[in-house]
Amino acid sequence: MRKLLPVETFEAIKPRLKEFKLTFYLLNRNRLTMIAVITVFLLVLIAILAPLIVPYKEHVISGTNPQEKLLPPSQEHLFGTDELGRDIFSRVIYGTRISLETALAAVGLALLIGVPLGAIAGATGGVVDEVIMRITDIFLSFPPLLLAILIAAFLGPSLTNAMLAIAVAWWPWYTRLIRGQAVSMRERQFVRAARAIGTPHFKIVFGHIVPNTIAPVIVQASMDLGGVILTAASLSFLGLGAQPPTPEWGLMVSTSRNYFLNAWWYSIFPGLAIFITVLVFNLVGDGLREVLDPRTRKY
Amino acid sequence: MTELLKIENLKVNFRTFEGVTNVLNLESLSVAKGESFGLVGESGAGKTTLAYTILKLLPIPPAFVESGVINFEGENLLKKSEGEMQKIRGKKVSMIFQDPMSTLNPVFTTGQQITRVLQHNQGLHKAQAKKKAVELMNLVKLPDPENILSKYPHELSGGQRQRIIIALAFSCGAQFLIADEPTRNLDVTIQAGVLQLIAELIRETNVTVLFIGNNLELVSLICDRVGILHRGQLVELGSIKEVAKHPAHPYTLTLLRAIPKEKREKIDLTQIALKAEEKLAEKGCRYAGRCLKKEKICLEEEPALKHIGGTHYIACHL
Repeated sequence: MRKLLPVETFEAIKPRLKEFKLTFYLLNRNRLTMIAVITVFLLVLIAILAPLIVPYKEHVISGTNPQEKLLPPSQEHLFGTDELGRDIFSRVIYGTRISLETALAAVGLALLIGVPLGAIAGATGGVVDEVIMRITDIFLSFPPLLLAILIAAFLGPSLTNAMLAIAVAWWPWYTRLIRGQAVSMRERQFVRAARAIGTPHFKIVFGHIVPNTIAPVIVQASMDLGGVILTAASLSFLGLGAQPPTPEWGLMVSTSRNYFLNAWWYSIFPGLAIFITVLVFNLVGDGLREVLDPRTRKY
Repeated sequence: MTELLKIENLKVNFRTFEGVTNVLNLESLSVAKGESFGLVGESGAGKTTLAYTILKLLPIPPAFVESGVINFEGENLLKKSEGEMQKIRGKKVSMIFQDPMSTLNPVFTTGQQITRVLQHNQGLHKAQAKKKAVELMNLVKLPDPENILSKYPHELSGGQRQRIIIALAFSCGAQFLIADEPTRNLDVTIQAGVLQLIAELIRETNVTVLFIGNNLELVSLICDRVGILHRGQLVELGSIKEVAKHPAHPYTLTLLRAIPKEKREKIDLTQIALKAEEKLAEKGCRYAGRCLKKEKICLEEEPALKHIGGTHYIACHL
């Protein structure tokens, strides 16, 4: 028999493999989550392979084709064309890439700010905790969309600024989430034991407390991906996010308002893309919560 | 004999809603180098608080140290900064905790946890640390070290986990070991094994031990000298022979009587069952409220430790 891997390597990854199998099994038990997970993978694939999929590459950014403007869906243009004769299908496909990028960057940035701050606040306590949490309270007292609008307007309208604005509006949620968990971890025996063996505070916070508190944050972040896509689309819709001719979904919906009565396909398809993406990310978040927390498993 | 640890006038209080409660009031306690000192008392007596105070792990607030000196190798630990304490914890003073179920971090394998401590405390490289971890597993007599090191704490039994914690406590060459009821939450057969292991390791490494327990007989298997702690105060102090064979303080007597024994028709729990009052009396002996032999003087004056022969001391008027 031909050996694929050295035995030791296989032995070493065995527990991981078991874990992976279990996770897969649990996801599989819940059909809706499984469908959502597959859809997310599909969306990611579409985003990566966008240049290969789109039939009219030149239509994505600047190419115009005035003779074919506002055509209904057909064989050549699956989702129809817009007011400049651009293929909506190509633009929606490219929009996947933009939306996912924006959402990942915004949530990633928010996590990068929120998680360490929350962990430090919860694990240290005292004045540090008080100061960090009051700052998050200030941020939380604004509705997130309003805060994002404010920041986006302040920084000037562009996709990057919209992303920054969302991250700034979002991080306090992660800080609160982590902080609450970290406080309960602080007095745990293993944290005290780590201190007793001489582990410095910094290593305790990031080596013991964060790994033990990250599960609910992962769930929250996966659900937030949907919310962030929606917020980014809203900002673009309001003219504070992506600028034309970027093929951003929110922006496309926004422009389509003028042609809505004659060209339903122009609003429907980008809108549908937003709807499906937000939905599947929420479903994945729900499913993840069930997998990560055995108490909510229904089976 | 040289003193490794010397505690003087240590007062530790807890600030609660009902006011300040004194939980530790030690006039003088010293542990000589190479000695095994046992500390016995009921729950709430302040045994664990003492352990945490020595390592400066007390949650402050609500706890605070009112006064006192803890000299370790001639240096006052209470005056040390957090950074200096980090150099002492694990390397000079280490601790075995009560509850093996919750002392290990659930999200990392035991191997990761041990190697991380070794890497940090001893500056070993990853490969060296892994090798050392295997040696440590052999030291605490855990079979199949590689397998155990690749497991998460929840996959191991209580006894296995406690052995890993013992390995960690001995990993960085500490000269002073605090064992805080290391056999608690383990069943009897495993208790015996763990206790034997600790006794062997103490003999081999010649480490100084502060062994905390609530069972005098169990403590007597390990220790040379023993102190009986009652509501934060030492009520009896002496060599294990003196205290176990000729207990002099009424509290020690009740403690010994509370251990279930064969052939004894009925265990006399009447005295121990008398609950300690919620609040400490302003004056007098702290045991007076439950003491069956109490006299007038007990309620008025606090007894000091007095010498009653050999190395035997008690704090009682009678």
